[in-house]
Amino acid sequence: VDGLARVALTTAACAILVLLAAIFVSMYRDSRLSMETFGWGFLTNSHWNPVEGRENYGALSSIFGTVVSTLIAMLLAVPLSILIATFLVELAPRWLSVPMGTAVELLAAVPSIIYGMFGLFILKPILAEHVEPWLKESWLGGTPFFQGAPLGLGMLNAGIILAIMVLPFITAITRDVFRSVPRLMREAAYGLGGTTWEVTRYVTLRYGRRGIVGACLLGLGRALGETMAVTYVIGNSNEISLSLLKTSNTIASRMANEFMEATSRPLQLSALIHLGFLLLVLSVLVQVLAQAWIAWSAARTEGRA
Amino acid sequence: MRLRSPFWRRTRDRLVKVLCGLAAVGGCALLVWILVVIYQRGSESLGLSFFTEAPVPPLANTPPAGAEADFDFSDPNEEDKPREAEPGPAGGMGNDLVGSLLITTLATLLAVPLGVLAGFYLAEFGRHSWLAAGVRFAANVSFGIPSIIVGVFVYVIMVRPWGSFSGYAGGVALAILMLPIVARTTEDMLRLVPDKLREATLALGATRWQTTLLVSRAARAGILTGILLAIARVSGETAPLLFTALNNWNWLDLSSLSAFHQSFSGPTPNLMNQIYLDTSSPWPDQIERGWAGALVVTLGVLAVTILARLLFRGRTHEIR
Repeated sequence: VDGLARVALTTAACAILVLLAAIFVSMYRDSRLSMETFGWGFLTNSHWNPVEGRENYGALSSIFGTVVSTLIAMLLAVPLSILIATFLVELAPRWLSVPMGTAVELLAAVPSIIYGMFGLFILKPILAEHVEPWLKESWLGGTPFFQGAPLGLGMLNAGIILAIMVLPFITAITRDVFRSVPRLMREAAYGLGGTTWEVTRYVTLRYGRRGIVGACLLGLGRALGETMAVTYVIGNSNEISLSLLKTSNTIASRMANEFMEATSRPLQLSALIHLGFLLLVLSVLVQVLAQAWIAWSAARTEGRA
Repeated sequence: MRLRSPFWRRTRDRLVKVLCGLAAVGGCALLVWILVVIYQRGSESLGLSFFTEAPVPPLANTPPAGAEADFDFSDPNEEDKPREAEPGPAGGMGNDLVGSLLITTLATLLAVPLGVLAGFYLAEFGRHSWLAAGVRFAANVSFGIPSIIVGVFVYVIMVRPWGSFSGYAGGVALAILMLPIVARTTEDMLRLVPDKLREATLALGATRWQTTLLVSRAARAGILTGILLAIARVSGETAPLLFTALNNWNWLDLSSLSAFHQSFSGPTPNLMNQIYLDTSSPWPDQIERGWAGALVVTLGVLAVTILARLLFRGRTHEIR
């Protein structure tokens, strides 16, 4: 029985490995047509033209949209997450920090389509009628980042929605990192007369630096591949612009939008799967980086203790 | 660290404290705001008929309410049925609810046994082997694969060869997403069981497998929590179902097993795709139905998540 169990369990474990490999192989195989047609130029080509006879596909605008929307999300979410985690660990009394922590965790459980609907039906009118006109009138309106009509849809909306989505992830991990900072170290710093901010800045943040970077990488991975929420609010146009008010697209949103109509056009389908393959490689890279970082920093921390 | 005047230090400290407090309050307010919006807009058309009726397509003779159609996600199976002008909500999502439950059940049946066994392997049999390290790494990487990629993968390996979108494909897609979560949480929960228990069991002459069963009994609540959280996570997923289960405006045929197989082998109704379709539509009655669906899904997912947490909190002391 023991031998049989071992075989069964090993098979189950291998299934995970095989599945990961199968995803890579099949995505690669189906993007071959596009790879052969466009070559490496696919990465720098900003056209996306599905008109028959003039078909021409490039990944540039999708990659640009993915990277920029993720950047906006991280710029908004990371500082906020650190502030919230500091509040939960250092400042809030227990009766407050437990329900607040739960609320932030529940925010992570809300399905992504809900965030998309929230962005489209609630955030869009607010942005279009109040925030974006105000931004354009302020001194920021002169910069290239806030040009164009205040539609409410586009890069800014997508970035905000993505930030709301990754916020609970980064906050939860950062909070655990803060909690793992030895009490003794914090109390020693307080004993030296440090204020809460100084203890957080010079002890907690410095001690938990590595964990926070790991948390950010995990949040980054989530933002890169988020589909539904972004599809609702980014506007889905093939545009590359510095302006955050302009509509754009991401790899995931383009796939969600065009896959169904492309099933009858082999080249477009292959180009979309090619995009998907790029996204797969990108997010696996981020994951590998995150795993390596966490393993490395754990080893370092243990070695020092 | 540069020394500053006490006044500056105190002021800055207060400022940061206020900022932290504001951020935390803002985070909670956001959750409350989102829940209130879903409740307000969803409860308008949420009645008994939501659970007993299939969705009704938009009135053929009413123009869309000025809104621009940003998305065109029309169901190829959808027939153009003109409907008599009548007031009231545009049907319900009973068929989608049933379809979603069945797809999620299928995913659970596929992923849980495999995932739990893989977790057993990682924690008990091959804990320090290179294979376990590889599988653990693969599972962690799989967490990060965007769910839409899994949808495309299942389209390529199932939908295209079979020539049809199906509930089966949807179930497989969700199962692929569940598998690494179940495997890793099972491993983590088993690892919380002290090694003393394993040593004692093995010393009594039990085999490795008997030991594993005993240990897993001690970690039961934790494993169940992991499974529930995995179910909660995938039941809110839309992207992997877009190109696999697709959607259907009619009920699944549950009259017999073969009839069920027949209808589950074609485009299968599910809540997430119907909500996406409805809320992308320019017709107000469709959008209203979409919000009702969103309310039901959110309540369901949050309920399962909270249940899982309570279960775990209630039992943690038994494990330790």
